[in-house]
Amino acid sequence: MNSITAFFYTTGEILQLLMESIFWCKAALSNREKIFRQMLEIGNQTLPVAALISLFIGGVLALQSGPTLAQFGIEENIGGIVGLSFVKELGPVMASVLVAGRIGSAMAAELGSMSVYQEIDALKTMDINPVRFLVMPRFIACFIALPLLVIYMDVIGWFGGAVVSSVNSDINVPFSVYYRNLSELVDFSDVLNGLAKATVFGIIISTVCCYVGLKTKGGPREIGTSVTRAVVLSFILILVFDYFITRLLILLNLD
Amino acid sequence: MGIRAETTDEIKLDTGSNYRQNIPVGVKLIKLNKSFGNNQVLRDLDLEVNPGETLVVIGKTGSGKSVLLRHIIGLEEPDSGEILINGMDVNDPEVRKKHRFAMVFQSSALFNSLTVADNISLYLREHRLFDDESTISQIVSHTLSIVGLEGKENNMPSELSGGMKKRVAIARAIAMNPDLILVDEPTSELDPMMARTIGDAILNLRKHVEVTQIVVTHDIDLAYYIADRIAVLDEGQIIEVGAPQEIDRSTNPLVRKFITTQFEREEGGTRL
Repeated sequence: MNSITAFFYTTGEILQLLMESIFWCKAALSNREKIFRQMLEIGNQTLPVAALISLFIGGVLALQSGPTLAQFGIEENIGGIVGLSFVKELGPVMASVLVAGRIGSAMAAELGSMSVYQEIDALKTMDINPVRFLVMPRFIACFIALPLLVIYMDVIGWFGGAVVSSVNSDINVPFSVYYRNLSELVDFSDVLNGLAKATVFGIIISTVCCYVGLKTKGGPREIGTSVTRAVVLSFILILVFDYFITRLLILLNLD
Repeated sequence: MGIRAETTDEIKLDTGSNYRQNIPVGVKLIKLNKSFGNNQVLRDLDLEVNPGETLVVIGKTGSGKSVLLRHIIGLEEPDSGEILINGMDVNDPEVRKKHRFAMVFQSSALFNSLTVADNISLYLREHRLFDDESTISQIVSHTLSIVGLEGKENNMPSELSGGMKKRVAIARAIAMNPDLILVDEPTSELDPMMARTIGDAILNLRKHVEVTQIVVTHDIDLAYYIADRIAVLDEGQIIEVGAPQEIDRSTNPLVRKFITTQFEREEGGTRL
């Protein structure tokens, strides 16, 4: 199989896994405990780190743009700039990269290990569909948890920007001015744009990482390789789809 | 009847549940062929397994034993040939509706994130065969007692030895109340004493459950211990089938070579 055929073959298989995951969402209610456990896992693994990185990214955004705005005397717009940057771009992308790195890698490792040690085969012999049992709960958990994580990171990122804007003497914008400008410039539709991206990224991460995990063959070395492949592929697809979703939202006048 | 009368009474399975009685099945393989790339693993393989018997397939490493089991359970598709279960094609949906198959994997394939009890009851829970936890607990306890692991319900697989894991895997298979159990290399990587324990567990299983068993192994002692009949697999073909005594008397040089091979020192001819 040459590389072009392999690309289309893999793409087809990933899409097939996505369709199967969507199909098995009908069993979500009876698997709610598994879904909830996966969501808790996502929360446990990401919330502290997400808070830390969004706080500092918000601060850096303010630090980079604040002094320039101050030179033109329009530093009171800093709240809107940080707010829009976060909700439309940085929040969803950073949250997705974080989830891909921490949760997607764990998914690929766990499913890869189950594949190598015949646990997936054992499920099949018990007439338990691996997609329903393993993939669907992760799929729904990512689908729900990633947008929630984005909201969490948006709020903390705004706060990081507000702190730097008020403390830094070159910017010197008080909290009240910062948040007033933010609320004037950031619409609910902007927040929804970011959440739409996060939802798509959640689907990408869960599907790609589960696919790579399930396809793992060999031994411990191959599990490691699968983890790397899953994370790198997720990163690439997140950034590629980020562009196309943004373009689509602009075309639809939703941006 | 599947689980024998005293057992059925003991775990009270006649409560209108879906835990239906098992019917040992006959298995027939006709001209089975399978290749992986250029490597032909099964060659025109013919084999018949009678309902309720324990057939042990022996053969050297790489002779296609595990691949044979994976075909019977449906994890592999043959390139050509037929696999019949009670005369019906194994891929016929009716076969899966009528019969349950269980497999004990060489690696045990226990789910590391689940306790022993959860591993054993996974099939029952996922297929919602019972509503009440007490029946599930009874089945778990009973199957663990069959394999001699009473009281290990709450252990994690990581806390068990290799032999214990194999026995839990056998218990998990029994809990499915299957019509056919396939066992892949049950004594690989185990010391002789543990291998004997596994052999006892497989024999003990027959006292409690009426089921057809196909066991593949390269452990000739285990084969003689548990088999009703033994099939010898070589280069992807069955070269001899018969009762253990018949295999022991076989004049086929390949069979003799396999069953009589032992470690010997060149200088003294002493068994190591």
